[in-house]
Order: sequence, then C-alpha cells, then structure tokens
Amino acid sequence: MIQAQIRKSFAAARDSSAFSLDVEFEVQAGITVLFGPSGAGKTLTLECIAGFEAPDEGRILVGGAILFDGAAKVNLPPRARRCGYVFQNYALFPHMTIRENLRFAARGRQLEKHRKVNEMLERFHLSEVAGRKPREVSGGQQQRCSIARALIGAPNVLLLDEPARGLDAPLRTELYSLLDQVRKEFQTPTLVVTHDLEECFELGERMLVFREGRLVQAGTPREVLERPANLAVARLLGRFNLLPAEVLALDPAQNTSRLRFAGNDLAGPYLKGHFRGDKVWLCVRPEELKVCSRDGKPEPNQIPMQLERAGETPGGVRLQFEHGLTVHVERAEYERLRHNREWMIEFRPEVIRVL
Amino acid sequence: MAIDWFPLWLSLRVAVLSTAMAVAIGIAIAYALANRSFRGRDVLDAAVSLPLVLPPTVLGYYLLVVIGRASPFGRLYEAIFGSPLVFSWQAAVVAALIHSTPLLIKSARAAFEMVDHGYERAARNLGASEWRVFWRVTMPLARRAIVAACTLAFARSLGDFGVTIMIAGNIPGRTQTVAVAIYDAVEGGNGALARTLVLVISGLALAILTIANRVAASRRGGMPA
Repeated sequence: MIQAQIRKSFAAARDSSAFSLDVEFEVQAGITVLFGPSGAGKTLTLECIAGFEAPDEGRILVGGAILFDGAAKVNLPPRARRCGYVFQNYALFPHMTIRENLRFAARGRQLEKHRKVNEMLERFHLSEVAGRKPREVSGGQQQRCSIARALIGAPNVLLLDEPARGLDAPLRTELYSLLDQVRKEFQTPTLVVTHDLEECFELGERMLVFREGRLVQAGTPREVLERPANLAVARLLGRFNLLPAEVLALDPAQNTSRLRFAGNDLAGPYLKGHFRGDKVWLCVRPEELKVCSRDGKPEPNQIPMQLERAGETPGGVRLQFEHGLTVHVERAEYERLRHNREWMIEFRPEVIRVL
Repeated sequence: MAIDWFPLWLSLRVAVLSTAMAVAIGIAIAYALANRSFRGRDVLDAAVSLPLVLPPTVLGYYLLVVIGRASPFGRLYEAIFGSPLVFSWQAAVVAALIHSTPLLIKSARAAFEMVDHGYERAARNLGASEWRVFWRVTMPLARRAIVAACTLAFARSLGDFGVTIMIAGNIPGRTQTVAVAIYDAVEGGNGALARTLVLVISGLALAILTIANRVAASRRGGMPA
C-alpha cells in the first residue's frame, strides 16, 4: 500500500513559471495510472516517492515504511527506499551485459543473486540475450530488462514513467501484456505515469487525474470517463462534446429536466444541485450520439444540425456539425445517410451529462 | 661526447610518482566538483584553477613557505624522513604535482559531467551506495576520458620548470629534471645536450598526447537516445 501526501512548490524561474504540487492519495495493490497533461506534476510525484526530489512537506508511506515525513524530518535516500523505477529511456547500464544489469540490482549472497538473476532472465525471456550489451538487443528486450531490473530487488512499489512514450504499436501491446503479467505474478503496487487515456484503460484498475499540480479526480478509468468530475477533467480527457446550454426547467418528481441548447429544447435527467436559469455544459461523447435523416416528424430530443465536415477515422467516420459538435458513426451508417440533405442529432436523455 | 641521461630518468620517475598522487587527489576533487553541491564549492573550483594562472615563481614561493625547513610541515617531514623536503628530488615531485593536478581536475571533471546522471540515479534507485555508484557506474562510463585526463597530467608533469627550480633547485645528478637540464645546457653553451633533450622530450610529449587523444576520441559514456 502507498500513502502519499506531497507538497512542493517551485518559484518562477527564467525558463519556467511558478508551479506547486499538492496531492494526497492512497493506492492499494495493482496498477494505478497517474493521468494528466505534461506539466501536471505526475513525474514529479514519482520522483518524490523514489526520493530523487524532496517534497517541501508531507508524508510518504510505502508498504508500512516511512520514506518521507516532513514534520519528523525523515527523508530516506533513494537507495534505501526499495522503489523499483523504470525510466523512460530504461537507463540500462551500457557497459554491462543484460545479466550484469540484473545482477547489479539483485540482493543477497552470491548464490542467491545468481539464482534470482537466472529466474528473472527466464521469466522475462531474456536468457538468450543475457550476455549481450543493452545496445545489442531489441527495444522490447531492453524494455523487459529494465522492468526485470526494477523488480529483482523485490521493491515495495514499482514506478513507471511514461513507459509507452515513443514506442510503436506492437511494442506498446507487448508492454501492456508484460505489465499485466507483472501484476499477476508479483503483486507489487504499481504506479504508471501517462498522458494517454487509452493506456489508462489498458493498464489501470484505478486512475488518478492530475491537473496543474492537483489531484482532480480518482476512480476506475470507466468511472472517470462516464462521470468526469468537472469541466476541466472533461476537457483533459478530450473525448467529449462540450456544449453550452441553459437549464429551462427541473422536475424532481419525474426525475427530468429541460435544457436549451442552440435554440432547441432537450429532455435531460434531473440535475441535482442546479437551478432554473443555470448556464451549464452538456457533456456528451461523440459515439453516444445518434444521427438520422429528417424524414417525417422529428422524435423528441432530435435536433436539426448543419453538417460541416465528414472525415474518416480508423474506427469509422467523424462528422463535424455546427456549434463544434462531433459525432462518430460507423462506416455503414454513414454510407446509408451520406446523401442526407438535413441531419438530425438525437440526444438520448440517458447520455446527457451536465457539468 | 657522452650524454648524461640522468635528468630524463629523474623526470620520468617524478612524473610517474606525481601522476599517481595527482590521480588520487584530482579524481576525488573532480568528482566532488562535478556531482556534489557543498559549501565553498565555488572557492574550491577557483582554487584548483589558480596554479594554471599564477606565475610559477609565485607558486614556488608559496610552496617554500608551506614545505620549507622552518614550516611545520617541513619540520614534520624532516623528523620522519631525516632530511629536508626542499631541494630534494621529492620536492620536484611536489612541484610536478602542483603543475599537473589542476589540468587533471579540469579534464576529469568534464569527464564526470559527461556521464548521464540518469545512470547514477538508476543505480541509487537500485540500492547502490555512493561508493558502488562511483566504482560500478560513474567510473566505467567515464573511464576513457579519465584515462585521457591522467595521460595528459603525466605529460604535463614531465615539463615543469618554474616551480621545480624554486623548490627543488638545480642540483645536477640530484634534482635536475629535463626541463631544468635544458635551461642549464643552453646557459652553459652545451648545444648538443640541449638539442638531444629537447628532441627527446618533444617526441615523448607528442606520443603521449596522441595516445590521450585516441583514447578520448573512442566511444563516450553517453545515454543511448
């Protein structure tokens, strides 16, 4: 288990503006993803846990051991923290072979070390390249070696700093299944820094959303995507249509509301904590909307919209409408509707989120 | 006429000894300057460069004050070894040391700074002590540049004149190094001796520098992209 409460601030310098990190979280076993844009303080958080940076104040506990306590003036050096850190560029020692890299990190007596190194080489499919230098093995093997090296000392926590950055697709897939294997076999609590939402879904049982040095939301990736805590998180996730609207009426008895967006009325769910006349943001994912042609009488919650652009994506077609509204449809659906003159967009009440 | 090779042997002996001492002192200081922040770092940084800019006579004068027979250090040395340090061949070692260490520190420091600190950070993270980080990671990665720095220091310690003459003097057969012998030969009109020693020392220096450059130019300890 990891308990962290970290406060650290930096004054503005010539090449950077002032920044302050102030986060508090608790993580259980399994993989937790620290998600956020660059400059949100994710890597700094990892560095504080590993001891490369010292918080101004706070407390860091890993597996019951106090690594840092500002009040009690405890600040263990990195070598005493037992935090396995996988660096973005792996930082494999170039003058040592793969075997020597693992051996450097192994603990115990000679015989014990030898056994552990062989076991790790075996587990991570590195036995055949054990005698080679890091630059003589493939990128995937370097990646496996760096994770094996971080784990061989039986750390209390595994920290990975943007492990998938700059990797091509096959290597990414390899990394995800590797981390899945690590999670099952080692039970080491793992923190992974990323700014890729897909990666959160691939890896994380839990994600912590960072923004400007603050923790803005925590939950499973699904929960965060279904219910972003606020407009900033929704913007960060980058998967939403964010549409300005106004609350026209609220009916707690029927559990409904009426909203006005771009001159049209929409039926929505009851909005707790909002009042009539509130300006709100409708928050709807492009794949949650349906399009149809304007044949016959419009159904409730269908709004006519002007199509501005249609573009192909790997998964289908992205339709861009006026008011900055985006809808994702499948190819077949688009082919069926493409000769439409007028488009209707259906906002089903259950997909309408309001922020 | 027969050439007296004593100055050359003395110079080589002095250079070997002083380089060994310079390596021990210089590498420690260079590592501290490159990797540690401590109080007085700027002053130390400036102080180790001082011998590069001060006139040799000034350095010699300081050394006479520090290791002279009247100084505490000089008295201690005389009490232990039975003879004074000044105007002995051992003093020539001290002179060569003062002459070459700043150069060694400068190039060794550059070598340590060239090593990507990411590797040292990784080593600490893996539980290595500072001592282990230095010997297993920093040194091996900086090895070539360090060897080149030591070679350079050796070459430089062969050629000190000013400090040597101030504290070791010019006693033929005892403290007369090559640089001093050449001066002596020119003064005394012994052109043949001067020419021979000049050629030998130039050839030697050229060879050493070539080796140093070749060692330094081969692969460096950088992080792969």
